[in-house]
Amino acid sequence: MALLKVLAFALPALLFGASVLAQSQTYGVGRTPTAEEIRAWDISIGPTGEELPQGRGTVREGAQLYRTKGCAGCHGASAIDGKGPILKSKAAPNVDVWARGRILPLRAPFATTVWDYINRAMPLNREGTLTADEVYSLTAYLLFINDVIREDEVLDAKSLPQVKMPIASDYASLPEWKPRMPRLKGYPH
Amino acid sequence: MGAKRPARREFLKSGAALAGGLTLGAAAPAIGQTHHSPPMIKEDKDQIAYGDRSPHVTSVRIAHGGRPSPDNWGLTFHVAAPLQDSVGVITPSSLHYMGTTRGSFLPDIDPQEHRLMIHGLVDRPLTLTMADLKRLPSVTRLHYIECAGNRSSRRSKTVQETHGMTSCAEWTGVLLSTLLKECGVKGGASWFVAEGAEEVKGASSMPIAKAMDDCILAYGMNGEAVRPQQGFPVRLMVPGFEGIFHTKWLRRIKVVDRYYMNYNDYGHLDRDPKVAALDYQIGPKSVITFPSGGQQLPGRGFYEISGLAWSGGGAIKKVEVSTDGGKRWNNAEIKGTAQRMAHARFGYMWNWDGQEIEFQSRCTDELGQVQPSRAQIAKYWNKPFDATFSVPGLDNSIQPWRIASDGSVTNGFA
Repeated sequence: MALLKVLAFALPALLFGASVLAQSQTYGVGRTPTAEEIRAWDISIGPTGEELPQGRGTVREGAQLYRTKGCAGCHGASAIDGKGPILKSKAAPNVDVWARGRILPLRAPFATTVWDYINRAMPLNREGTLTADEVYSLTAYLLFINDVIREDEVLDAKSLPQVKMPIASDYASLPEWKPRMPRLKGYPH
Repeated sequence: MGAKRPARREFLKSGAALAGGLTLGAAAPAIGQTHHSPPMIKEDKDQIAYGDRSPHVTSVRIAHGGRPSPDNWGLTFHVAAPLQDSVGVITPSSLHYMGTTRGSFLPDIDPQEHRLMIHGLVDRPLTLTMADLKRLPSVTRLHYIECAGNRSSRRSKTVQETHGMTSCAEWTGVLLSTLLKECGVKGGASWFVAEGAEEVKGASSMPIAKAMDDCILAYGMNGEAVRPQQGFPVRLMVPGFEGIFHTKWLRRIKVVDRYYMNYNDYGHLDRDPKVAALDYQIGPKSVITFPSGGQQLPGRGFYEISGLAWSGGGAIKKVEVSTDGGKRWNNAEIKGTAQRMAHARFGYMWNWDGQEIEFQSRCTDELGQVQPSRAQIAKYWNKPFDATFSVPGLDNSIQPWRIASDGSVTNGFA
């Protein structure tokens, strides 16, 4: 009997609780960040470049920064002769881009990825210390030494997303993922 | 690893003796047990506060793939779990494999200071503290993680080298779908980017459908806080997807309308859509962990062949073992109830007649996907199956082990 009494009270309460949740969804936990906080945190630069900051950079400035910011220390003065990953293909420009090595400023489908990665992850141990201008310049320099842009090109929020990367659209999109989907139809059993 | 086998037998023997002694009580020592006390482990305050394993248990992780960890710069790259010594399905946190996106320093994050931001195509962006996160409804699930680089080669000798870049743990945290419902996902959202707080701020694009299905923001691992090596104070679990997606030290989730081509995404590109599809959700995979490469059977007789099976497609439904090089397959016993996207432990009792044999395991998952042999995979790609053949995409092929007549176990691909 006692149990029934509890159920009589608990059931409507449970149902009521569920319907409230279904409507208003929120537990009210956490707080809303300000637009300024989001800007400060959001270091993702997507293919459209919409998040790119003001600023500009040139190949010439990039070449200088490559030495003064320590890039050459790990990646080598000629970008192929350091202990860190090479940043320039050793293969001739007429070789298929897929055969020229996994080199970010060459293989990436969007130049925004180069900007994003330098900005978020370089230089090692001093990440986040480069100014926007410096990141534009280093991006320009790396694209230049891989024959992606000309020496006199200037990169900014407008021109960077427009850079035509050698791979163009010659890469596979991922399949649309759905729950309980086999990885590839017809793959051998 | 061969040197470890006798030690393990000693351990089993003394364990059995101990069990006997306990049953009979102190007054009546088990028959055959010598009447003296074992030496003592000196317990200090630290040992009482947080216990260690037996000094006789020496199983350790090793650097994977020829790159040392830590390396010249102090970066950690890939470290493999000692599957040859594993029992059950839980990898102890201290032995869980490690991978980092580029090589990474281990961040020392103060959980009080840590913030998680969710923003982008949502109605209500959100910043959460760890205390906030722990107020939300939680789930506790077993899940494995596996690195894309977890593939056997002819050069690999032990199962730690062939398959050690996977581990399985019990994870506790909040479903990402719970948080996304809290934020309200806008129409047009198709992907999300997850980003870590380590110095390179590793980030990956993942489908929003996966976020709404089963991703977990995990703060608990094997009954305690997630270890720093695994992403303390919170990591993203993306069950069944490649290891790299399981973003550690999670600081930010951005809901977006396209594949965002982060550095990790770019590094992940394939030219062939079929390879791309095979480089994403992990296929059904199993491996025999005992007996495995480098181990030594002491002689003919009964052994329980033991191993692990897992799949990115769901729960393991069946595991089979062949002791004749893949001609005949026998059903193995799955221990307990296999969980979705978790290691399943299997066993198969086998009586070795002392002859040289090749043995292997294969598994089937709840989607009906069956683990293929390398020969089958080569046939699918119209390539000859020879020493030069490399499996495109994630390698879930069957691993053969060979037992010589002297009981030594070696890699069947060698």
